[in-house]
Amino acid sequence: MEEQPVLELDRVSVVYESSAGPVRAVSDVSLKVYPGTIMGLIGESGCGKSTLGNAIMRLLRGNARLAEGTIRVMSTDVYALSPRELRTFRWNTMSMVFQSAMTALNPVMTVEQQIVDTLKSHRPHLSTRAARERARELLHMVRIDEKHLRSYPHELSGGMRQRVVIAIAIALEPSLVIMDEPTTALDVVVQRSILQQIQELQAEQGFAILFISHDFSLVAELARQVAVMYAGRIVEVADAKSLHLDVAHHPYTEGLLRAIPRLTHEDVEIEGIPGQPPDLLDLPNGCAYAPRCPYVAPICSSHQPELHPHPNGLAACHRFHPTEGGAPGWPSPAPLSKWTT
Amino acid sequence: MKYVLNRLLFFIISVWAAVTINFILPRMMPGDPADAMFAKFQNNLTPQAMQALKLQFGFSNQPLIEQYFTYLKGLVTGHWGLSFTYYPTPTTTVIAQSLPWTIGLVGITTLLSVFLGTALGIYTAWRRGGWLDNTLPIASLFVQAAPYMWTGLLLVYFLGFKLNWFPLSHGYGDSVEPSASAAFILSALRHGILPALTIFLGSFSGWLIGMRNNMVVTLGEDYVVFAEAKGVRPSRLMLMYAARNAILPQITSFAIAIGNIVSGSILTEVVFSYPGIGLQLQAAVLQQDYPLIQSAFLIIAVSVLLANLIVDLLYARLDPRVRTGGVAA
Repeated sequence: MEEQPVLELDRVSVVYESSAGPVRAVSDVSLKVYPGTIMGLIGESGCGKSTLGNAIMRLLRGNARLAEGTIRVMSTDVYALSPRELRTFRWNTMSMVFQSAMTALNPVMTVEQQIVDTLKSHRPHLSTRAARERARELLHMVRIDEKHLRSYPHELSGGMRQRVVIAIAIALEPSLVIMDEPTTALDVVVQRSILQQIQELQAEQGFAILFISHDFSLVAELARQVAVMYAGRIVEVADAKSLHLDVAHHPYTEGLLRAIPRLTHEDVEIEGIPGQPPDLLDLPNGCAYAPRCPYVAPICSSHQPELHPHPNGLAACHRFHPTEGGAPGWPSPAPLSKWTT
Repeated sequence: MKYVLNRLLFFIISVWAAVTINFILPRMMPGDPADAMFAKFQNNLTPQAMQALKLQFGFSNQPLIEQYFTYLKGLVTGHWGLSFTYYPTPTTTVIAQSLPWTIGLVGITTLLSVFLGTALGIYTAWRRGGWLDNTLPIASLFVQAAPYMWTGLLLVYFLGFKLNWFPLSHGYGDSVEPSASAAFILSALRHGILPALTIFLGSFSGWLIGMRNNMVVTLGEDYVVFAEAKGVRPSRLMLMYAARNAILPQITSFAIAIGNIVSGSILTEVVFSYPGIGLQLQAAVLQQDYPLIQSAFLIIAVSVLLANLIVDLLYARLDPRVRTGGVAA
């Protein structure tokens, strides 16, 4: 009997209506996150990872909409909820830490007011006293002195603000927390301490995390599994431990791995990936990565590869399943393991 | 607290500067009020009478610095000089008679315009793209685009002259005397409606569109999205998270508008012959009534400064970042 996933994405596509036509920012994404685990979601700017995060929270704004697929959180279809149900479902069951630590807090309300507001919005019968007590407790959990309950956001450092945002995110003990580049705006030292904090809280509280980032080494360290996104598609889901160049990966993942600077190996050259990310308005037929891929074969420009098992996870690359007509000489597929979606 | 003292000190210095400039300016102008008075009497004034007048208006050949202290003493003790136009009425009396009319008319209308404009600005931004948002801002802008005294003239012509719904001019009817009677108040209200409407139509759009645009920007802020995600109720989200931040620039505009309340809406008052300070000031300028102009300017300057002081203090209550001097962004 398989464990019920916290988050289950089934063929999710998100489209932005633009004047130049619809842009598929997220295309056909299927993914599962299990209770108490950390799933990394990685990709370069504009690959659709934040859009996917917002889509899960049903926070798509303006001209963006969920075009296809279903998003289930704790077996509940997020897009089947009424606005009223959605308001209580969000934060009770799933919450989100935004990219913008500096601007996610209301500048004219104290830290305490903003935490109490969160609690009271969901627990109208909670007394102010109890809400304040909980606010104090939450600040302790993220290691901020309780004197800052009365501080305004502008009186806190960026790291402290992000801790407050994290405290608000876990205030109602959700099962899933989406973290959209929670440390991007912070310097490296603060980044480290926040990550440590996240790991501790996660171990303590047992919520699952979808950790969105563009920092490969950071995600590899934090998450158990990593999903790699390219041009709106998930091209690989791999065990975080396997993320090194000694094993075969999706060509894009390999490109990213080669681009990580290493302080320990003097002789390893850092390489960028040649070419540009594709224009989402004008995606090539077949594999979107084909124009930049060193392994490219004729089939790549005509057939979209599906996610298939490979030795360390799933990859959407013709290289790993030549049965679809890939070029000879590629390694034959490994036996199916736990990586069944 | 430090902020409050700081503002108070600034206020005191500004008032002193305004008072001093008000003293210096007329003395830099060619001629003097007595000459103007002389001209007014069309040479039918003997030199002795002229000298007497000069003395009466406080003009002397004292050194400037002594004049300055006499002037300051006069200000404090309420001797602001005598009006030429209504000689020998003190200018303070003239102003005291017209100021309530202006504050009543322009003040109430401005408050109404600010509150209604701001509230509807919040609402139209919240229901962006709704029918009200699609009509009201454009309609109000269309009305405001017309010069407001022209709007006033149209109102007088159609609602006053053609339809005879409202009186054409003045602050109250000829049949009543200013008193606390119901008849007078009713008459004053009836006379006030058209000028009030003129001022309202001329300013409402600014408040509405200003607030709407601030609000639209604020609604896109991360903290509003975050608050929505964390489950804050829509009404609270609109008021406490979005409007609470979007209203701050409106407060600044309001400070400027308070200044206009005292200085009056000159053109509107002229169009409606409304007995306010704007009409009085216009007459004073035409009559070269220096003491009255000077007194009026002083009242206006001090009122504007006082309004700014109040708004500064209010701002500190509304925006915590102002209190601490906004060190961190």
